This record gives sequence, structure tokens and C-alpha cells, in this order.
Amino acid sequence: MFDDMSPDDLEYVGKKAGRPDMLEKLTGEATFVSDMSLPGMLHVQLKKSPYARARIKGVDVSKAAAMPGVRAVVTGDELDYHIGLYIVDKYILAKGEVRHYGEAVAAVAAETIEQARAAVEAIEVDYEPLAPVLHHMDALKPDAPLVHPDLGTYSYIEAVFTPKPGTNIANHTKLRKGDVEKGFAESTYVVEREYSCPSVQHVPMETHVAIVQWGRGDKVSIWTSAQSPFTVRNLFCHAFGLPHINVRVQIPYVGGGFGGKAGIGVEPLCAVLSRKAGGKPVKFQASREEEFSLLPCRSALTYRIKTGVSAEGKILAQHMTMYWDSGAYADYAVNVTRASGYSASGPYEIPNAWIDAYTIYTNKPYGTAYRGFGHVEFHWAVERHMELVATAIGMDPLAFRLKNALRPGSVTLTGEKIVEHTGDVVKCIEEAARRVGYGQLTEAEKAREKQTGWKIGKGVAALQKAPAMPSYTATAVVLKMNEDGSVLVNLALTDYGQGTYASIRQIVAERLGFPIEKIKVAFENDTDRDPYDWQTVASKGLLLSGNAAILAAEDLLKNAYAVAAEVLHANPRDLAHDGTRVFVRHRADQGVSFASMAVGFALPNGSGVGGPLIGVGRYIAQGLSNLNKETGEGNPALDWTFGAHGMVVEVNEETGEYRVLKIASIYDVGRAINPDIVRGQAIGGMMQGLGTAICEGYIYDQQGRLLNPSFTDNKIPTAKDLPLEVECAVVETPQVDGPYGARGVGEHSMISVAAALGNAIQKATGAEITHMPMRFEDVWRAIRDKEPIDNWITKSPIGSCRSVPEARPRS
Amino acid sequence: MRIKLTVNGLIYERDCIEHKTLLRFLREDLGLMGTKEGCGMGECGACTVIMNGRAVNSCMVLAVEADGASIRTIEGEAEGPSLSDIQRAFERNHAVQCGFCTAGMVMSVKELLAEHPKPSADQVKEAIEGNFCRCTGYTQIVEAVLDLTGSPEKKGELEHV
Repeated sequence: MFDDMSPDDLEYVGKKAGRPDMLEKLTGEATFVSDMSLPGMLHVQLKKSPYARARIKGVDVSKAAAMPGVRAVVTGDELDYHIGLYIVDKYILAKGEVRHYGEAVAAVAAETIEQARAAVEAIEVDYEPLAPVLHHMDALKPDAPLVHPDLGTYSYIEAVFTPKPGTNIANHTKLRKGDVEKGFAESTYVVEREYSCPSVQHVPMETHVAIVQWGRGDKVSIWTSAQSPFTVRNLFCHAFGLPHINVRVQIPYVGGGFGGKAGIGVEPLCAVLSRKAGGKPVKFQASREEEFSLLPCRSALTYRIKTGVSAEGKILAQHMTMYWDSGAYADYAVNVTRASGYSASGPYEIPNAWIDAYTIYTNKPYGTAYRGFGHVEFHWAVERHMELVATAIGMDPLAFRLKNALRPGSVTLTGEKIVEHTGDVVKCIEEAARRVGYGQLTEAEKAREKQTGWKIGKGVAALQKAPAMPSYTATAVVLKMNEDGSVLVNLALTDYGQGTYASIRQIVAERLGFPIEKIKVAFENDTDRDPYDWQTVASKGLLLSGNAAILAAEDLLKNAYAVAAEVLHANPRDLAHDGTRVFVRHRADQGVSFASMAVGFALPNGSGVGGPLIGVGRYIAQGLSNLNKETGEGNPALDWTFGAHGMVVEVNEETGEYRVLKIASIYDVGRAINPDIVRGQAIGGMMQGLGTAICEGYIYDQQGRLLNPSFTDNKIPTAKDLPLEVECAVVETPQVDGPYGARGVGEHSMISVAAALGNAIQKATGAEITHMPMRFEDVWRAIRDKEPIDNWITKSPIGSCRSVPEARPRS
Repeated sequence: MRIKLTVNGLIYERDCIEHKTLLRFLREDLGLMGTKEGCGMGECGACTVIMNGRAVNSCMVLAVEADGASIRTIEGEAEGPSLSDIQRAFERNHAVQCGFCTAGMVMSVKELLAEHPKPSADQVKEAIEGNFCRCTGYTQIVEAVLDLTGSPEKKGELEHV
């Protein structure tokens, strides 16, 4: 099934192929939930908290309920549903207490959006403001207020997570490998540093939006801009105690997700309003401000790393403590903590490791999955740390990386042995370095320095990630043959821009041996019609669904051959096929067309053979296991995708301004099924990573109010932020259990971009930046060893950047 | 207020409340849903349309201001049943991922090419600077435009090590 085929034997896999969704998207005909409306549909507006933490003493909706056009008003008090993916800790609307700025307290559904807005204005909420706990490090103090005093009563997935009732710790992941104390004792150098990054927003161009109709007999229809139809349905049914058969989730085209739409979002809110309005369909679309403050963001992180190194530069021991800021609810953040915990060292072998990773509740908008699932944040720390440790012990950072990189025979933090076909991080690092001319400046670069007065620096950073998913994650693909012999592909893995459907289409065409024009992947997803898929997350889609697609194609052919054998009076073993017919190998003129068999073959006398041709492929992750909760031992990784970036930057030391001259990104993708799509993922993720590296981040005032919930104050990169030169290349060490050797790469492009930039800036200027983003003023300050600017949470700085003289080598 | 305007060559006459934006008018009154709203504040460019030859953020224009104007939207871009040159170049160069910014992006490129039939890469970047795209990282969009105009600037490819 996953044979290592040479590119010459392949017709579509690895070759250029278009995307099946282009026409609809380029003409404006693709329908997003934003574009949908249903007869009698109501529109929603929300009353939101101006406080980060407050007791709700009363909500008066009497005036609002009596206003023109208003069909339903709901408050948290009347809703007793808890929602949660891993820890069930969130109400649909705040109840008793608000836990973050911008949290919804009451909702109105009215005939027009203006009427809903006017009604929301008329809702009066009586708050008793309480002191919020804003910084996650403050939340660990013994006297910190508890964001969830009832944590001990919440249900959660016990095999995987460990909440600490009576504290703000939503999860504690532990990993213990080897003997850390011994490792440190044998070390020549010990270097300890702390790194951090703020919360950031995914910024899908289409904000969260859903339409829900709670029909008679508790039959619920949901149209939503979400990544995972079956997860929306499952969590929805759990929250409301409904049978799964009652709920149908449909997902048309989706305007970006990046993890922010991975789980359940605004669907339950629309549902309770629809139910209260007598079953009218109800639509809620988040405003851009709500996307920042009501909907989830990426968790902030503080990461302390202490590393012991031998005289030869080999890491002997590493002590790692991650403090993840979950915000007000756990959502995906607890699993980010788990996944980051077992991957915490990056692609390096650490013989003796001690890891504690905490998810910490605070009174801020909550954290969720975001492209890279924690790896962007902690690789910022790990790959800056590798640079700083190397600098501190007087070793070249590239040589230090290569000395410690995972190789065949290395053992990961969880005890997994790296083998030849796991992937080749060494090759990725070396290639990234080569492409930026690491270690020296070219004559042209020297001339440029002289001409501009700006300093040029080059940095490298490596990366790794495996899908973070349940050990038994499964999916299915169904192929249905049409009357003309063309094939429809149904799957519930969604394609919200990644291009996975283009690759699935190539795989199906390849395995069937059909012209690709005959293959259609159905874009709108529907839990009533598509086979199950867990979620569209984790860079697992191509591997799992690609394998299921291969199996489905084989099943379809097997079924077609069975009919053909009967029709042709031949043994199925003697049959072969091309793109239009099945024929007898030794008498090729004797054949039967797929079209004639597609919906049942009619013999000359009219009697039927076979039936509609369908192929089913099911695939489940194999050989994975839950991690031991005390030691972290186990096998969590479906596949490891390794990579590295090389970066060239020029910095104006007078002003702190900088410009990225070049980035070269290398990934070991196993096999690039569609090179243009791999490149699109590589550059798109790189720019998203660059955005968080150069400017993005949530800024709060001392009361916990989000100060920059808009594009005016929270910029994302534009075309003018592109590096002058962008190169992408792939290493192809086939994944033995991947479709045609492929492994996922959707998230990886965003990982380590910031660290590569920080490393290049350090090479250019010596500035030891440990907090991202690296705004120009941060670089200016770091160059001068200044104190950080105190403006991420104004009262309790998590700092920007500075040199830490005390973290010098110990001999 | 009664307004009359031309959209994609067709004349529309409608009553319109004064505070309705051109974006909402196109979507809600004319059913032209191809133009998207990304922020509603004139920052992201998803709602870009061509108004009297200029690319504008239609969320920042009142429909009544467009009285008498000539508007082009993504729905008028294809030439009959076949895609326009710009659309075909986007298709060829994988310049679309989720597709939500695409309509606005195509409109900004259309304005650029009307003024500069042979733009440089920098001119393309300048022209689409007001159009946010979170998916593509812009490179394949810039390449699509340069491919269309026959620019000698080298197009990137995924390389194999």
C-alpha cells in the first residue's frame, strides 16, 4: 500500500496539479457561512463584559425583550450547559461570574442586526468587579484568586490530563527521562534562561460564524465555519444531552481556521437562541473585535530551560519548565501543554530530561489550538536557547545544533527510537545553513553593509512536530462511482484552504489509474452524508485520510473487478483496467466499461449484475499509546516532520529597525504529493510565523482590558513584509506508513521562524532577545541592554528583551 | 433615498437607507455575495471593489455615495463562461487558499494592471498591501501577477534537496 515508488512510476503524485476549489473561489461563487441566510433567519448580538473578573449580581433584560423585532433573549442564568473538549469548564454564557474581558453575558436574537444591537444596548448588567489574576506567573502564587474555584467538580479526560483543584493549574504534564541530577553534575557548563511570548490571534479572514436551527423534536441543523464537523456534533450532543442522530452539522467553504475553529465555537449559543425563538434559524457572526476578545487566541508562554553541556558540547541534561497561560478556559490549551511537554526539547537528543508543563488559568481570553499547537511558542524558546547556550560555551550555534540533533538511534523524550525513515533533521539544518551562506558574509553582503550602514546577520533554527491527537485517531473515505464512470470522493476532513483535497484527489487518481479530471472531492461537509473524521487539525489529515483514500480506491477496484469477472466470465486475477474499462489481460478486447458497471450492470437480456460501485477506506493510527502520567513514557507520534529555517537579516543598530533579506525553509515531508501546495503551506506558515515574530501580540491594561482588538493596533503581515528572497525546499525521506511516503507539513512552516529571526539579529548585533515579538524598539533596547518596555500587561511585565548577565557559563 | 448605480454593467435602482455601506448594499440588496467582509473597518481589504475605476474598501463607502457610480465586483470578473486573465493567472500559480480574501485581492490587482500593465514585484506588493491574506503568505499572488504580465522576474518553485 505504501510502497516506495519511484517518481517515474507515478502519474499524478509528486507532480503539478491544480486545486479543485479554484473556480468557485475565484469567481465569488464559493458560498461561506458568512454568505448564507435562511428564510425567517434571526441575527444575534451579544452583551459583553467590560471587566476581566466580576461577580454578576443581576442581568435585567426586560427592556430588551420588549423591543421591536426581538425574538429571543438569553442570559447565563437560564443555561445550565457546560462545554469543553478536554476539561468541561465553560458555560455558553457567563454564569455567576465573568472570567475575561469581552466574555458574553447575554445574547439577543432579532429580525435585523440593528434591532439586536439596540436591544443589547438596553440590557442592564449589575457587576461587582473583582480583582483579576492576569499574569500566569501571578496565578501560581498561593494567594492568587481562583479563576475556577469549582475545578475539582469538572469532568475531564482522566487518562491524559491532571488538573489541580484548589489552584489555577488546569493541567500538569510531567516527563522524566534518565537522571537529571547526575547529568548536571557531569556537565562542564550549565546555562539557564527564561523565554516568553504573548497571546496572539489566529486571524482567519472569515470570523467565526454559525447558523443554527433547533427544529421540532429537538432536531438541530447547524451550518458553521468550523474545521471539524464531527467534533462540533459530538461536543454539541454531549453539552445538550441529545442523541447524535438528532444533530446535523454542515460545513461549506471556510475562510481560514489555523486551529481557532478546530473545536466547538459559537454553535451552542445560536442553538439556545433558536430554541427560545421557536425554532427560527439564528445566525451569529463574530465582529473582528469579538474574534480577538470573545473567541479563543493562542496561549502565552513562559519557558525556563536549564541545560547542562559537556566540554565537547554534548547536552547531558536539561530541566524544562513551561508555564502556559490558558486564559479563562482550558479548551485546547491543556492538550497544547501535553503535546509541548513531550516535544519540549525540539529535535535534539537529551539523555537526561526533567519536564514540568503547566496550563494556568487567568482572567484573560482563553487559549486554544493554533497552527503548530504550542510548538511555535516553545521552539522560540528552545531554538533561542540553543543559540545562547552555544554562544555562552564558545561554540558555533550551528555546530552545537548538529552535535545534538536527533539521528537514527537517538531516543526521544518519551523513549521512542529514531530510525532511518523517521526523517532527517540534520539534512534540513545543513541545507538551511547552506542556502543562506551561514557563517560568513558574501562580498555582495559586505558591500551592502558598507553602503547601508546596517549590520547583516545569519541565523538557523530547527523544528520538529508530530500530530497531537488521541492515540486511536481514525478516519474514513468513501468513493462513489457516477453513471459516467467518474468518481466522487466523500470525507469529513475539511479543506479550509490547506489544499489537502487537491492532494487527496491526486492520490485517488493515482491509485485508481483514472484521469484526474474524473475525480471530484466534494467540498461541503455534512455529518449526515460524510464518513467520520476526528478533526481537521495536527497536520495529520494527509497521512490518515490519504491512506484511507488509497484503501477506498483499492476497495472500489476490487468491487468493480468482482462485477467485471462475472460479466466477462473471467477470474478476477486475470483482469486489468485503465481509466475507462476493466478488461481481460490476455484478451484485452474483452472488457467492460466502468460507466456500464457504475450503478449496476445490465446483461443483454436485461438482468442486473452488481450494483452501485462504492469504495470504502478506513484508517486508524497504529501503535500509539497514552503517555505514562508520571514519566511521560509512551509513543505519542504518528509521524515526526522535521525542518529548519535559515534567515538573513539586516539591522540598523542606531534605530533597531531590521529587514529580512532572505529565508530558506527546508522540511522533510517524506514525499511532496503536490509541490505547489507544499510551497503554499511553507510560505503561508512562514509569513504567519514572521507576523508573530515581528509585531503580533495581545496587550492588556492593568484591569485586564484588551487594548488592541483590531487590525489598527494588532497588525498582521502584509505583502510588503515579505522577505526579499524566499526559498523552500523539501527533503524526502519516505514515511513508511504514509500515503506514497508523505507526512504532514501544514503547521511546521510556522515553527521556529521567530527563533531564526532572533538568532540572525543576535548574529548581527549581539542582542540577546528572549521575548517575542521583536518590534524595532525591542531590538533597540536589547542592543543597549535596557529594561524591557512594560506594556504587555502593564502592571506585571513579561518583558521584551534584554541580556541576562547572570546566565553566563559556570566552569 | 433612491439610488441608481451600475454594477458589472447592469443598472440597479433601489431604495437605500443612508447609513448602509456599499458592501452591505452589494451583498444584502443585490445578492452579490462574492465581496467579503473581513473587518468592517477599512483595514483588511477583503471588501475591495472597483468604483469608477478606483479600488475602494466597500465597507468604508456608503451606498448613497455610490449613487450614479460604476462598480465592478468579482462577479463581473469572469468573461462569460471562462475566467479572466487575472483569474487564470491566480489559478495557475496557486494564489488562492481559503479564498476569503481572493475577491478583494483580484480587484486590487485589476486596478494595478489598469495603471501599470507591466508592474515590478515591488509595485505588485504595494498594490496589494491593503489586502490581508492570512493563508498564502502573498508570494504566489505576487507571482501570479508577474506571470500574467510576462515579467522576467524569476518564479519560485519547491526545490528538492
